[in-house]
Amino acid sequence: MSVVQDVPAPGGSRGFRMRIGTLSARHRSWTIIIGMAIVAAVLPTLALVPPFSSFQNQASWIDGFTNAGVFVLLALGLNLVVGVAGLLDLGYAAFFAIGAYAYAYAASPFGNEILGIDVAALLGDAKGLIFWPMLIIGALVAATFGILLGAPTLRLRGDYLAIVTLGFGEIVPIVFLNADDLTNGTNGIGGVFRPYLPGVGSFTAIDPWPYYLTMIGLITIVMIFCYRLAESRIGRAWEAIREDELAAAANGINTVTTKLLAFALGASTAGIAGVFNAAKLTVVSPDQFGFVVSFTVLAMVVLGGMGNFWGVAVGAFVIYTINNVVLKTLNQFFDTLGIPILEDIDFIGLQFLLYGIALVGMMLLRPEGLFPNSRRKRELHAEVTQPGEDEMTLPEVTEEGGR
Amino acid sequence: MTAPAAAADAPPSRSLSGDSARALTQLGIVAAALIVAFLVLGPEQFINALTLGAIYALVAIGYTMVYGIIELINFAHGDVFMVGTFVSLSFLTSLGFSGAVRDPALLVVLLVAVFIFTSVVMGLVGVLIERSAYRPLRNAPRLAPLITAIGVSFILQNIVQIFYGPFQTNAPQIFPTDAFFEVGNVKIPILSFFIIAVAVGLMLGLQLFIGRTRMGRAMRSTALDRDAAALMGVNINRTIAITFFIGSALAGAAGVVYGLQYGVTRFDLGFQAGLKAFTAAVLGGIGNTVGAALGGFIIGFIEVAAVAFGYGRWGPAVVFGVLVIVLVFRPAGLLGQQVGERA
Repeated sequence: MSVVQDVPAPGGSRGFRMRIGTLSARHRSWTIIIGMAIVAAVLPTLALVPPFSSFQNQASWIDGFTNAGVFVLLALGLNLVVGVAGLLDLGYAAFFAIGAYAYAYAASPFGNEILGIDVAALLGDAKGLIFWPMLIIGALVAATFGILLGAPTLRLRGDYLAIVTLGFGEIVPIVFLNADDLTNGTNGIGGVFRPYLPGVGSFTAIDPWPYYLTMIGLITIVMIFCYRLAESRIGRAWEAIREDELAAAANGINTVTTKLLAFALGASTAGIAGVFNAAKLTVVSPDQFGFVVSFTVLAMVVLGGMGNFWGVAVGAFVIYTINNVVLKTLNQFFDTLGIPILEDIDFIGLQFLLYGIALVGMMLLRPEGLFPNSRRKRELHAEVTQPGEDEMTLPEVTEEGGR
Repeated sequence: MTAPAAAADAPPSRSLSGDSARALTQLGIVAAALIVAFLVLGPEQFINALTLGAIYALVAIGYTMVYGIIELINFAHGDVFMVGTFVSLSFLTSLGFSGAVRDPALLVVLLVAVFIFTSVVMGLVGVLIERSAYRPLRNAPRLAPLITAIGVSFILQNIVQIFYGPFQTNAPQIFPTDAFFEVGNVKIPILSFFIIAVAVGLMLGLQLFIGRTRMGRAMRSTALDRDAAALMGVNINRTIAITFFIGSALAGAAGVVYGLQYGVTRFDLGFQAGLKAFTAAVLGGIGNTVGAALGGFIIGFIEVAAVAFGYGRWGPAVVFGVLVIVLVFRPAGLLGQQVGERA
């Protein structure tokens, strides 16, 4: 919604903007499709324009955007769990890992041997076709694990759930690391098939466009799902649980199944991202799924503005780009500018330090995130609204009730 | 979610006999578990487990105190512990010590100095972190300080990496590691006794501080209800700052102990250790300092047992597996009170 409003309207008249606003509210899915199409077109164009073109060439930018897209997917999924349903999940990377390994088993010689199938012999050159059904199967597998973890632990509240998910996030890579016979240990599973699309052929490492467009499509679909869910009966139930679980239960919401559903859906999104990532990197290994990934995705959700899907997507994109493009290319950037002191600093060595400082700084400046969900914004700025206008504006409720 | 202060320092209630009976049962369970662990692991591994457990316990207390008072998972705490190992090794090497000190008088002076120096420095670092990264966000959404905590963790790791590099650094083991008590044919290092004694002494001191002093009472009341405590005249900011000081000072002491025991440290030590210490705090019932100490020892035993039976690589997985199982059956941790939900 917000993106369409932010597009500078010709003439900029207020009536026109309002009409766009109502239209986009009524046709949510089309708004998302159009918005994503605009984004998909604008990003590659931006990459050609200075100052962006001075960092790296367009193909590298597009490749980077695709990788950022993986994190946008992850952030959208985690937003369902943390932002909408209010369940703090610190081990989200585990589901990402499960999705990736699921694809690796279905689409690599090593994995096929273990499963006792032979996709390459079955499909020949088009063996990458398996990527498309695996998107759904990977999501289902991840969701299954989400339910397995969630069923016993979702009774726990708030931070206890956080620590259990954190533990799960640690256990999964350890299992993939240590179960050598099944997972090839540290080296991981290599030779994962790249996707194949009739008419396009097999995707390649040289041409980033097919991956980029696939990613745009995936994000669009996931975002439509997220919006539709969040505005449905289930979405309202999630918000009710987030705000006050007791009251939600008293109003007839089955809190356990509702929370379990949020957990499973969030996990399945991570599964999709995992399948895509495995197909893009063509190798999966345990070190890709450490706590840093879980944490980075959480930071994206919080910084983007919990509960707001567009905000979270933008937050994911911004953090990923800062961390993986801007900080990595700061060296050559300052070298070309020739500023005396900055020229001599090794920014790559300081990458995580700068990342940490950036996170602390951004949080201190905007604790509610860059694009806060409208209701949350009201809660945080409770003093300025009239008392009685909204129940949520009582001062006691400002520090995130319902845990 | 009212985080209960330590069950042990709750005021004596009328049902004293019931309480003491429960305490006796708990003591009995702990004693039985210790005997079983001793029989299964054998004396040497048993002492190893106690030493490791003492370190986890010291770190876990910092987590649990901070969580008890402001309900924040202080992810930077493990890194405070890690910085503590580096502060203590820098202190010792800058004085020119690199190996065992054989002169008892000098050793005592040196140990006292390094403990005080490291604890005070880390306590101040803790207060600085609270002041700059957590206090401004005290009324922000609960996840905001969590993110800054992890940001601070990254910052600490990288500062250490800039000064000491990404590789292992040797910590001077000034306490002779080749001094043993010999009981029959079993050799038990004196260092282990020293470490366990230091840890237990610090924990008892902390219990006395929390239970008996004015500041301790202020901390307990702030943990129970911050607003009400403020209305009663408790200086909330100062209380929280002192909580951070004590927690971080204990982590600093744990850092000294770690250096003495293992002789090496690295910039990324804090993450795994912090995770396990936090697990210990949750296992014992978060907000409860006695529980945190208990949890620390339990985790020490689990890890050492995993190594002793040849499953060292699976150690962390076993630790978290036990955590999940305990939480499923006792959602508030081993010693945590089952608190009614806040409406």
